[in-house]
Amino acid sequence: AEAQWNKELFEATDNEGVFKALGANTPENSEKVKLVAPDIAENGAVVPIALSTDLENVTMMAFLIPENPNTMTGMFTIPEGTEANIATRVKMAKTSDIFGLVKAGDKYYLAHKEVKVTLGGCGG
Amino acid sequence: SKDLLAAENTMQKFYDLPKFGNVSFLHFTDSHAQLQPIYYREPSVNIGLGASLNKAPHLVGDAFLKEYKMKSNSMQAYAFTALDYAESAQRFGKVGGFSHLATLIKRLKADRPHALVLDGGDTWQGSATSLWTKGQDMIDASLLLGVDMMTAHWEFTYGMDRVQEAVDGLKGKINFLAQNVETSDFGDPVFEPYTIREINGVQVAVIGQAFPYTPIANPRYMVSDWTFGIQDQKLQETVDEVRGKGVAVVIVLSHNGMDVDLKLASKVTGIDAILGGHTHDGVPEPVIVSNAKGKTLVTNAGSNGKYLGVLDLNVDKGGVKDFRYKLLPVFSNFLDPDPQMEKLIHSVREPYLDKLNEKLAVTNELLYRRGNFNGSFDQLIVDALLQEKGAQIAFSPGFRWGTTLLPGQAITMEDVMNQTAITYPGTTLNEMSGDTIKTVLEDVADNLFNTDPYYQQGGDMVRVGGLSYTIDPNQSMGNRISNMTLNDKPLEAGKLYKVAGWASVQESSEQGEPIWELVSRYLKDKKVIGDIQLNTPQIKGIENNQGLM
Amino acid sequence: MATRPMRIRAKESGGVVSVKVLMAHVMETGQRKDSEGKIVPAWHITNVKATCNDKEVLSAQWGPAISRDPYLAFSFKGAKKGDKIEITWIDTKKETRSDTAEIK
Ligand SMILES: [Mn+2]
Ligand SMILES: [Mn+2]
Repeated sequence: AEAQWNKELFEATDNEGVFKALGANTPENSEKVKLVAPDIAENGAVVPIALSTDLENVTMMAFLIPENPNTMTGMFTIPEGTEANIATRVKMAKTSDIFGLVKAGDKYYLAHKEVKVTLGGCGG
Repeated sequence: SKDLLAAENTMQKFYDLPKFGNVSFLHFTDSHAQLQPIYYREPSVNIGLGASLNKAPHLVGDAFLKEYKMKSNSMQAYAFTALDYAESAQRFGKVGGFSHLATLIKRLKADRPHALVLDGGDTWQGSATSLWTKGQDMIDASLLLGVDMMTAHWEFTYGMDRVQEAVDGLKGKINFLAQNVETSDFGDPVFEPYTIREINGVQVAVIGQAFPYTPIANPRYMVSDWTFGIQDQKLQETVDEVRGKGVAVVIVLSHNGMDVDLKLASKVTGIDAILGGHTHDGVPEPVIVSNAKGKTLVTNAGSNGKYLGVLDLNVDKGGVKDFRYKLLPVFSNFLDPDPQMEKLIHSVREPYLDKLNEKLAVTNELLYRRGNFNGSFDQLIVDALLQEKGAQIAFSPGFRWGTTLLPGQAITMEDVMNQTAITYPGTTLNEMSGDTIKTVLEDVADNLFNTDPYYQQGGDMVRVGGLSYTIDPNQSMGNRISNMTLNDKPLEAGKLYKVAGWASVQESSEQGEPIWELVSRYLKDKKVIGDIQLNTPQIKGIENNQGLM
Repeated sequence: MATRPMRIRAKESGGVVSVKVLMAHVMETGQRKDSEGKIVPAWHITNVKATCNDKEVLSAQWGPAISRDPYLAFSFKGAKKGDKIEITWIDTKKETRSDTAEIK
């Protein structure tokens, strides 16, 4: 079967647009969602990020970067038996919050972290 | 003189540190390859904001003396502050030098044969001979000094191959430790994260923490297969792992910078002491930081071979019971040079002496670098860039290394190299819009003044020639810089200006003239340096800040 | 496009298989200009699928902001050492590539 790619989702330019395309109600911020990202990006073209949670019944995890041209970066479907623990590397045009979105049961949860993209140079 | 004799007697006692406990560490950091005694003026501006306001290491001058109960005009005041610098330097002489450091280490080890010698990094870079031997002079000196473990920062600017080759050569002699350096493909460890030693029957772990922002502050292409970062979660796992192996003492040998270490100590548990460097803060007493499970000592041992940190611990099976810490200034006049080290240094310098000793000019002024904003030696560099490049504006990086010259001293090629010896020395001339110039200043200002230390890189503000500006460090990113003017005219956002610089972290096919050649030409032309007009910004909102003299 | 094979590491420990994958792909955003000032058209992986013992263990939809030569790490239960994991991607040109690795 042809894999599907949600065009509306990937054309959204802010978090609200992403939530709408997913048919998600406003997600709740949760301390149970752990987003790991560097404080300062070594390279804006390759920013390592990881998302995990100990929430039950997780079926979807996603990374959102609202300061990028398109907010939705990657969405992962988590089948039964797969752990709610994903890592990838992303491009960031400039300093931005990165959001980690998790669907557990029929509810959506969110965590965020600022990643600074800097020009570099100087040092002690 | 009577003065000096009295001082010498006091110094004998000063260096006779009473023995304490059963586990000891001798820590030096950020020597920046200064094998010989030098002058190094501590900052008169080292602003702390937010949680760092008016706290160590953001105290300078009289506020520093008051905090650490030191007397004005004393040798201590000379070592730790910029107060009356030129006069005190004439009186008390040079500091540091590996021969003198070697003597001090031997002396302390006489009472503490078990002491481990820890090198916090920034050891292989900062001088002509280190650059010309790719750090080999410093590696040989470190081996002779008896260094047991090290971590790194500027070492990485010799490139991955050279670092790997050097580290291979150190196997079995010096542990090169870095828990936070991984391969950029699958995240495998590149170096040993830690090492465990038994000292007087006590298991001791030393974990290495390399400079987390190496690929940002320095050219990324030099370490393209490796990633860094603070990685405090991984550090926690490493601490837990060594505690699980039954060690009684956990030390982190860190090149994070002191503000980062203070935050890290509040988050990561199970560390007894963080022996830190990078920010070049000479801090006489540890800061004791509380966290969820206990307390961690945080120190910073200055730079340029000026100090040796001595940490003595009293440890039993249950862990650390008590400690003593002293940051000993290395006064070169009061410690005999170690003959073996002296011989090594002589042989390292021998082939280059003509070049090193070449006199370029004489200075009538105190030439120094360190401080949050401009230093007089950096002013000289931006003046040289403006003139030699025909530029309107010049930028020079806010490095914290670079030694000091006293009024009346000759400026030699070696002195110029002490300010400029890096592996990416190319000078540049670019057209930049007023907008871009503001972006650059804002970016660097945020790296220095962001109130969250994890967003700081530990350098000083970029040095600026030609351009005047106002800075309000308390503002947020993008809102600190205002009032930018060039020859009394406001800088126009859309207009292009000719901007000279050096030490670009971008990879470039064309290599501009090395900065030391441009500066030495300028100096030979000037012959006498005097009347330096220090271009520093108007600083707002720091009225009661004790990080400012 | 002559695609290069993926690098896949799959390790089983305590009943959990940890998978790390590096794919070779330009992941062109469609926003970059070439030396002549022309927009380089978007060309990126849109879908990734991982299967083990005929069971799907992960699937993903990606936009162009996933880095060049994408990296992916995840973990799952229900497989043992010696089993094979297969990763497949498809991109905006409908080109596709599959590679397999043995769980170590
Ligand atoms: Mn340093
Ligand atoms: Mn450093």
